[in-house]
Amino acid sequence: MNFSPVNIMGTMPEIYLTVLGSLLFLMEPFVPAKKRSLLGIFAIFALVFAMIATLGLNGKGLPLYQGLYIVDPFSNFFKMVIYLGTILTILFSLPYLEKEEIHVGEYYGFLLFAAVGMMIMVSAGDLITLFLGIELMSLCFYVLVGLKRNSLRSVEASFKYFLLGAFAAAIFLYGVSLLYGASGTETLSGLAQFISNPGALRPMVFAGMILTMVGFAFKVSAAPFHMWTPDVYEGAPTVVTGFMASVGKVAAFGVFLRVFWVAFSANRDHWSLLIVMAAILSMIVGNIVALVQTNIKRMLAYSSIGHAGYAVIALLNPSRESLFALMFYMFTYLFMTLGAFGIILILRRKGVEGEEISDFVGLNKKNPLAAFLMLIFMFSLAGIPPFGGFLAKFYIFMAAVHAGYTWLAVVGVLLSAVGAYYYIRVVMAMYMKDPVETVEFAPNRMEGMALFVTAAMTVILGIFPLPFVHYIETSLAILVP
Amino acid sequence: MTFLSVPILTFLIFFPVVASLLLLPFYKRTGTDGVVKWIALGITVIEFLLSLSLLIGNNPHLYQMQFVENHLWIPFGNIHYALGIDGISLVLIVMTTFLMPMTILTSWVGISKNLPLFMINILVLEGAMIGVFCATDFVLFYVFWEAMLIPMYLIIGVWGGPNRIYAAIKFFLYTLAGSLLLLVSIIALYFVGGHTFDITRLSGQHYGMTFQILAFLAMFVAFAVKIPMFPFHTWLPDAHVEAPTAGSVILASIMLKMGAYGFLRFSLPMFPDASHFFTPFMLTLSVIAIIWGAFMALAQEDMKKLIAYSSVSHMGVVTLGIFVANVQGIEGALMQMLNHGITTGALFLCIGVLYDRSHSRLLSEYGGLAKQMPVYSTLLVIFALSSLALPGTNSFVGEFLVLIGSFKTHAVVSSLATTGVILSAMYLLYMLSRVVWGVYTPKNYAMPDLHAYEWGSLLPLVVMVIVIGLLPNPVLSLFHQSVAHLVGQMQPVPLASLH
Repeated sequence: MNFSPVNIMGTMPEIYLTVLGSLLFLMEPFVPAKKRSLLGIFAIFALVFAMIATLGLNGKGLPLYQGLYIVDPFSNFFKMVIYLGTILTILFSLPYLEKEEIHVGEYYGFLLFAAVGMMIMVSAGDLITLFLGIELMSLCFYVLVGLKRNSLRSVEASFKYFLLGAFAAAIFLYGVSLLYGASGTETLSGLAQFISNPGALRPMVFAGMILTMVGFAFKVSAAPFHMWTPDVYEGAPTVVTGFMASVGKVAAFGVFLRVFWVAFSANRDHWSLLIVMAAILSMIVGNIVALVQTNIKRMLAYSSIGHAGYAVIALLNPSRESLFALMFYMFTYLFMTLGAFGIILILRRKGVEGEEISDFVGLNKKNPLAAFLMLIFMFSLAGIPPFGGFLAKFYIFMAAVHAGYTWLAVVGVLLSAVGAYYYIRVVMAMYMKDPVETVEFAPNRMEGMALFVTAAMTVILGIFPLPFVHYIETSLAILVP
Repeated sequence: MTFLSVPILTFLIFFPVVASLLLLPFYKRTGTDGVVKWIALGITVIEFLLSLSLLIGNNPHLYQMQFVENHLWIPFGNIHYALGIDGISLVLIVMTTFLMPMTILTSWVGISKNLPLFMINILVLEGAMIGVFCATDFVLFYVFWEAMLIPMYLIIGVWGGPNRIYAAIKFFLYTLAGSLLLLVSIIALYFVGGHTFDITRLSGQHYGMTFQILAFLAMFVAFAVKIPMFPFHTWLPDAHVEAPTAGSVILASIMLKMGAYGFLRFSLPMFPDASHFFTPFMLTLSVIAIIWGAFMALAQEDMKKLIAYSSVSHMGVVTLGIFVANVQGIEGALMQMLNHGITTGALFLCIGVLYDRSHSRLLSEYGGLAKQMPVYSTLLVIFALSSLALPGTNSFVGEFLVLIGSFKTHAVVSSLATTGVILSAMYLLYMLSRVVWGVYTPKNYAMPDLHAYEWGSLLPLVVMVIVIGLLPNPVLSLFHQSVAHLVGQMQPVPLASLH
């Protein structure tokens, strides 16, 4: 390992966040309970710091630490998305944690460490580095999900997530060890080289590849490894659910793409069938099971499984179209998902969250603004123009057709018509029925700001996405050292 | 042409949308509904007057797109914000802007709940509908096409009748499911047609036959649901019956035309060979729609349902005209689209007048209205006669042209379609005999004749019925060149150019 200045500079964002995150833990005992929100603001500053550091690395392609760690436009894009998502999450958390009486200072530290884990994931040039990133993120998630210590559901969700997550990690690690056993290397470029020579397609490589795919499918909650999602999403504090569903998933997709396009691209024909199956299964499970949910968090959990199904379509064929499609999808998905969870966590009924779809009944009468924002998020998630979700799906289908999977695009659009039903059901509840019970919608300034940003981005990405498209186009470069 | 230094088409699309923000301050206020109505009416009237400038500035001797605007919208995928109109879109746009003030007037007393939101929806919908007719980039077209669903969904679902939620969801899902296949064929066209979404450049290329057939079928579903053609029509009666009068008028007069517009703008010029291949199939469906729709209309007790099924029948004439694919047929289809917009819109407005008074649409509840509401009855008779294509009214021109056009090539189909005219006379005269004449029902005793706002909504339509009926030529000449060009594009490739 060589700690030359280049290596240090290249990992500066991660170093900032780790140091400042640790500092948060140290500061926590000295901050009085009333002033805990200062810690949140501190965390936002830490993220902005890291963001500036990442901006400084823009446009560079650096293999660091002998290729164990890669800084390239692709990873920088994902890091920017991670910062944005985490900042928005913190804005949503500040008042939420107070109301739920779970405002502990460590929360922000865990949030930052999870972000560091994700950043390591999207930058990993080596399967062990990658594993460290995944575990750092997951461990923070386990804690965050169980944050409501007094709530049985929260603890149960945390425990379930921990057990299943540990399984998934073990399977992933087993896959990595098989790959290492077969090829003698665990760097992505080394694996790519090994697999591209024709003699390498041994069962051991296959088994390793499939097992790593299982690990990733678990992380992006693609079927058939999605079972944990509804329970965990429902049980976790809503703000954590939003964070996992948006930022966590974005990062997992980033690393999924890098590993499969860089290391395994030579035997694409062998894994593309698996991806197709995962895509179809996820779209079916996500869109159809969501139809019968009454809890909106569970519904969004299934919807996120469905969205994972659309997104994995972009992994099928390494091309500019697919890369753009996935990045645009992730970028849009972040805002609309966070926004939808944001509305849920702000809506309250007698001290409880408005988690049931029936809590949304007649919302337009009481609070037209909340209803309208939710309408934007729902139609965008359903992929109806003029919102960002439409263009995101559009590019995914374009990538599918470009890759020669027109039939898969047809399956996708048909299932998204099925899926539209459960989104418009929420709109129906809000606009077409009369209110029965009082749900309060009183965002404070922070929440209002976060909602404004997410809603505005959802609309802008559908109507005038030009600046973001330019930014993504400059990030369409994956460095293979 | 520009207005306030904004290109006119962009202005027409976004003026109602932006102007609808004026209504936001009245949200959740009581006692301001009057102001809201007048503002909305003012916006739609201004929009209509502005759209007349298209008629003035349009050069009817050109088949090319006019008033063209083209900007790069999203660089990835070469998606443009491209607008332009030819004769076909021109008449449909003017028809749209002409009808929108009527929809506001018909909601004058009918809508009491949350009026500002209703008007905002109507105005946003107007912008999106004009966008559909102007867009010359396929993705932009699709964005407007789908975006229309949101306000229409809300209009049916929030201000509709007792079964409105079911109707709204059915409308939304049916249309969405149909349109999504259109999306896939748009994407496929992009890759096959040379990495562009430009509608003009995608037309007139001769794609491979298999591709043409598949893409034609995918688009067929989208447009057939919208029209609606025979097996896809089941959403229509539900949506019409439950929608408020304004919603029914917009649905019947404007949104149904979009399916036919889609066939004319995309299916025929892009897939001429597949269109020829499917002609027998399309003609069969059209004839079934004409006869089936008419028979269903005969059996209805609810007036809105009756007119809804008559729409299915009349739109069958439109698709018949489109797919015989000669100049008379297509011109007749366009005339029929325009006239159906005017006449059926007017009939829905008339039913709305009755519904506002007695809250019933059942034929059995009425009778002898000629005594109580003579003016109203006269207008209703005129519109009904127009709908059954009496010579001298507008619909006669369209149906006659379609029948001539189809008789030249498909005599049997044409004769079968003629029965539709007879059947439409049956159900419409039956309706008149029950409502206008017939036994005087005491229940109708307290029904005043037309109010001023109803005059405002019906009078322009009567004028149009008679003017177009007597002088169809100025209208026909608007789109003659475009139709001739379209028919030219449909010709099979000359052998010499094949290699």
